[in-house]
Amino acid sequence: MSTPLVEMRNMSISFGGIKAVDDVSIDLNPGEVVGLLGHNGAGKSTLIKILSGAYKRDGGKILINGEEAQISNPRDAKAYGIETIYQTLALADNVDAAANLYLGRELRTPWGTLDDAAMEAEARKVMGRLNPNFKRFKEPAKSLSGGQRQSVAIARAVLFNAKILIMDEPTAALGPQETKMVEELIHELKKQGMGIFLIDHDIHAVKTLCDRAAVMKNGRLVGVVDVDEATEDEILGMIILGKNPEKAA
Amino acid sequence: MSEEKVKATDAKPEKSMLTRFLEATELDTRMLGMVGALFAVWIAFDIYSGILRPNDGLFGGAFLTPRNLWTLLVQTSSIAVMSTGMVLVIVMRHIDLSIGSMLSLVAVAGAVLQVYILAPAIGVGHPIIWITAILACVVLGTAVGALNGYLTAYAQIPAFIVTLGGLIAFSGVAFLLAKGVTVAPMDKTFKLIGGGVPASWLGPSWSWMLAILVCGFIILAILNGRRQRKRFNFALRPVWAEATLMVIGSTVVLGATAVLTSYAWPFGLIKKYALDNNIPIPSGIEDRSGDAICMAGEKIVRCTDGLIYYTGFAAPVLIAIAVGVVMTFIATRTRFGRYIYAIGGNPEAADLAGIDTKKMTVKVFALMGFLVGISAVIASARLDAATNALGQLNELFVIAAAVIGGTSLAGGIGTIYGALLGALMMQSIQSGMSLLNLPAAFQNIVVGTVLVFAVFVDQLYRRRVK
Repeated sequence: MSTPLVEMRNMSISFGGIKAVDDVSIDLNPGEVVGLLGHNGAGKSTLIKILSGAYKRDGGKILINGEEAQISNPRDAKAYGIETIYQTLALADNVDAAANLYLGRELRTPWGTLDDAAMEAEARKVMGRLNPNFKRFKEPAKSLSGGQRQSVAIARAVLFNAKILIMDEPTAALGPQETKMVEELIHELKKQGMGIFLIDHDIHAVKTLCDRAAVMKNGRLVGVVDVDEATEDEILGMIILGKNPEKAA
Repeated sequence: MSEEKVKATDAKPEKSMLTRFLEATELDTRMLGMVGALFAVWIAFDIYSGILRPNDGLFGGAFLTPRNLWTLLVQTSSIAVMSTGMVLVIVMRHIDLSIGSMLSLVAVAGAVLQVYILAPAIGVGHPIIWITAILACVVLGTAVGALNGYLTAYAQIPAFIVTLGGLIAFSGVAFLLAKGVTVAPMDKTFKLIGGGVPASWLGPSWSWMLAILVCGFIILAILNGRRQRKRFNFALRPVWAEATLMVIGSTVVLGATAVLTSYAWPFGLIKKYALDNNIPIPSGIEDRSGDAICMAGEKIVRCTDGLIYYTGFAAPVLIAIAVGVVMTFIATRTRFGRYIYAIGGNPEAADLAGIDTKKMTVKVFALMGFLVGISAVIASARLDAATNALGQLNELFVIAAAVIGGTSLAGGIGTIYGALLGALMMQSIQSGMSLLNLPAAFQNIVVGTVLVFAVFVDQLYRRRVK
């Protein structure tokens, strides 16, 4: 078997004595989508924020392509090709789409000043691919609709040739049509060999989009199952009861 | 009824033309509103002061005279310089209450350095004195600002508390440094920065040269913007709109220059300058309304035809304009500026985007301190002295200037030019009421009311725009 893209081994983090993530190990292969399921407060978002550099882990190891990775802030994670679409979208509401897409990685002119025109041009290109109806390039993110904001956040994640993509409930604010667009995007990115962690509440979506599903409860990993080998009821049982089915992968 | 109908149809195309104009030129309507309000205040003061005592202002008063406008700009410089930094501090969701005391502290330190230490050591008037004093002021200001930022970012004490502590503590340090007395006089060259002596005035020819240069720069900037848009096939502004912008920009610059270059040196100064430099004074007929000097027999008198010098731009005004340009550049064209606004818009998002928000906080407070250093030089040079009360209440005027200029205390929103206009507005109201001889207590009431009213109007405007 080839080396996994990401291996998280024995990840732990606590906040004020509460173990938010407790000894969790998960891996992710190229071209694979792994769903992360669990109740609110199960530790999914926290686990993912360790990988994206937003939180510093207390214990455990992260391996990328088989080599130990030092991730202590979001910049480190991005250097490893890890991009994240946060549940909150993490957009600066007072600046426009292009400024948000390039936040922290601005294009600059030879004189070192911001190249806003080039950034807007690139933004128009990538948004044209993801959300062709999007035309409001001059307006601050605050005045965009929920779906438009979501597409800006998604565009930001795919703009920089990420190898590993983390999506924290990417379709939560979207209508059916936009949701379908995101699903198509996931298929396309998967084909390109990207590894994707997908946090979602919708078991049905996880079953159709993901290859494997990892279930968490109270900060611990209940189990990882192959979605083709587990029924929705079995996965639901894992989420609610924290019980591993017999044929867990 | 038919009359009403006619009116309605008449008004419609007119309004759409204004809208079309604003859309084509992409001018900030809020800024236009502020400029309009500023002009309204100026005109009102001029008319009212003219009713009380006719003078040679544009509307018969004492406000819209070259002399008053020149003084107004010089008086605004110190606050204006600091307000540009305060915009960035507030945009980042912080506040700096310490700048008034910091200004006193820095000014006193600079004064003690030149008057008590350097002058006795290397001789009064040595060029090292003024250079060292200015450097010391900006370095000390930057360091104190950085300390504010460090405590806010890394010790995680709210900026309000850190700088409130600074407000109280720094003035104490300034008092101890000055030993409670006024430290004076400043070095001869240092004083030039204050704009109080003829050598610190640019004079008409240099002023016009500078103005023409600036006009050229405005035209180039607009052309360059157009080239950038063309490069990526973005929608271009109509040519007439670009041309209008060039004309408006140049008119403002040339108009300001025309006003400032028509303010003659005061009578006593021309006289002293002519006598000191052995410049022959022409003979003429006394005319008390003139600004020139001439010989009427043995006596030097005022006259309309004779020896006359005009001030042009004063040093502190040039410094304030330069600071405004540089700060606008920093805020809009650099990564540093972009990060400040992003942090103000959503600190968490900025953090997740990999921006080191703590380091940014230190840098922004340090920049604020640097500007306080510049203002400390301007203020002490202008007064030709430094006291521990020099910057008293400046923090409130600076914050008010930024807020009147449209900076939102919620963070993320604010412009440098807005703060400059805000500073000018505050100073205009104060100096206008001084012209009318209103008591200081009354002035405070009006300034406070204007601040609150300005923010109220701003809220209405923003809600309507939404």
